[in-house]
Amino acid sequence: MNITCINCPMGCQMVVDKIDGVVTVKGNTCPRGRTYGIQEYTLPKRMVTSLVRVNDGRVLSVKTSDSIPKDKIIHCLNSLKDVIVAPPIHIGDCIVANICNLGVDLVATKNIL
Amino acid sequence: MINYDVVVIGGGPAGMGAAISAKENGANVLIIERDDKLGGILNQCIHNGFGLHYFHVELTGPEYADRFIQRVQELQIDVMTQTFVINITADRMLTAVSATEGIVEISAKAIVLAMGCRERTAGAIQLGGDRPAGVWTAGLAQKLCNIDGYLVGKNVVVLGSGDIGLIMARRMTYEGANVIMVCEVMPYSSGLKRNIVQCLNDYNIPLYFKTTIAEIVGKDRVEGVVIAQVDDRMQIISSTRKYVECDCVLLSVGLIPENDLVNGLGIKMSPVTTGAEVDDYRHTSVEGIFSCGNVLHVHDLVDNVSAEAFIAGASATKYAKGELPHGQSYRVIPQNGVRYALPQRIIAGEGKVKVYYRVDNIYKAPRVVVKCNGEELYSRRYMIMAPGEMESVELDKEKIVGDVVIELEVQQ
Ligand SMILES: Cc1cc2nc3c(=O)[nH]c(=O)nc-3n(C[C@H](O)[C@H](O)[C@H](O)COP(=O)(O)OP(=O)(O)OC[C@H]3O[C@@H](n4cnc5c(N)ncnc54)[C@H](O)[C@@H]3O)c2cc1C
Ligand code: SF4
Repeated sequence: MNITCINCPMGCQMVVDKIDGVVTVKGNTCPRGRTYGIQEYTLPKRMVTSLVRVNDGRVLSVKTSDSIPKDKIIHCLNSLKDVIVAPPIHIGDCIVANICNLGVDLVATKNIL
Repeated sequence: MINYDVVVIGGGPAGMGAAISAKENGANVLIIERDDKLGGILNQCIHNGFGLHYFHVELTGPEYADRFIQRVQELQIDVMTQTFVINITADRMLTAVSATEGIVEISAKAIVLAMGCRERTAGAIQLGGDRPAGVWTAGLAQKLCNIDGYLVGKNVVVLGSGDIGLIMARRMTYEGANVIMVCEVMPYSSGLKRNIVQCLNDYNIPLYFKTTIAEIVGKDRVEGVVIAQVDDRMQIISSTRKYVECDCVLLSVGLIPENDLVNGLGIKMSPVTTGAEVDDYRHTSVEGIFSCGNVLHVHDLVDNVSAEAFIAGASATKYAKGELPHGQSYRVIPQNGVRYALPQRIIAGEGKVKVYYRVDNIYKAPRVVVKCNGEELYSRRYMIMAPGEMESVELDKEKIVGDVVIELEVQQ
């Protein structure tokens, strides 16, 4: 699998493979690339930030309380389409608990009073 | 007539940081902001990636702004929102138009400029073709989406691969649009690697280098664009012209410090940053006027904006109290691959001074060297340097006894 390291502007193009059950990284210039390559190969994760509707037509910005598996992002976003919240809302308020059973919450990142 | 020690123009992270440090240093302070709330551009940057250096946690833009807004409130700093500063004089009289109070005249002992920047438009880059609806600057599209809740298009071509363009490519995808491609006229992106991977690669959005939009096509609404490759002299290669159907074009083609307000004041401006030239106190060439944040030079990290704002605010208070050091100053001269360095002048004295700089191209294994009167004050080899990443170096002021030169040594 081809993976670009994001930890510095070098952007090393790495090839990550699993040979006999061991993950190998090639093309990295420094150890940070190796760690990142293994993480991206085994379980790539991302923080997700998005928007949900407020019942008066405004929008509320939200984020996942921790990163979630990359292949669950679209599923997670689709589940937000029906979410409508009512003010007042404060930064950090839980909007959806344990979203899509991923073990993280969706929390507000804006105050809507 | 209202009187203040320090008046800060702009209530983004730069303005709030400057006002907080001015107040903490004992000045009475006013922030003037044209929007209806504090926070500036951060309010629309709902993605995460802010505050890692300053707060040591990764925040979204509105969360970063909120921490500063709370501090502004705790310190009981006066704030006028929905108020637009329309004129400043060299003896620091401000005229502003307020939505509630009409025209207001304010006198300040010191002024901090923190007006941020605005985006370059289709006109600014002389984009060819028709002028239909559906061509947006990326930041405006971001505001309409993240604050007002409108999606500006369904099939999108992005021109420019700066961070705002990349972030918006992902946001539009998240909100259900189809982002067809990102075109970048340069052979490299000025955006962060992280954004290229996490905003484009993650969603299989192609990025084409040395490619631009030759023409916009559409009568009332954008119907498509003609894209084309460019040669090394940035000229369009006609044989590569290709029509791409789309209903929306987002432009992420650079930011310009919003300095129109001070045009007539005679502040010495830098032709490179297009912001004011300042000394290490962020003092401009006009007495009592300070500058920080994106209006001074375009920043990619808000943490650096805050650090710069604290300096400007504290210095403005010192000036208002008649305590700002002045006297002998030396120039900071960027050369050989260093595009600009800031501050442009350093006042002789004690303590440390941090010099920020950007390189003018991508360099592999360069050595950065800082010299004063031929003596080397600092050197460091980097694995790689890119124009998109602002770097900094801390120097001992006592060792600065003449003009300072900052340059790259590059292996052939
Ligand atoms: C889309 C985008 C994405 C970014 N992503 C990141 C990121 O992931 N991480 C990161 O660290 N940084 C990021 N940045 C950079 C960072 O957010 C900015 O550098 C920073 O917010 C600039 O702050 P500022 O206060 O100088 O300007 P602004 O936030 O633009 O504030 C200027 C304020 O001045 C007001 N104003 C202007 N003129 C007047 C006037 N005449 N009278 C009254 N008020 C006036 C404006 O209304 C505005 O509120 C991003 C920037 C953008 C645009
Ligand atoms: S592997 Fe090391 S050198 Fe290469 S991009 Fe990652 S951090 Fe940079």
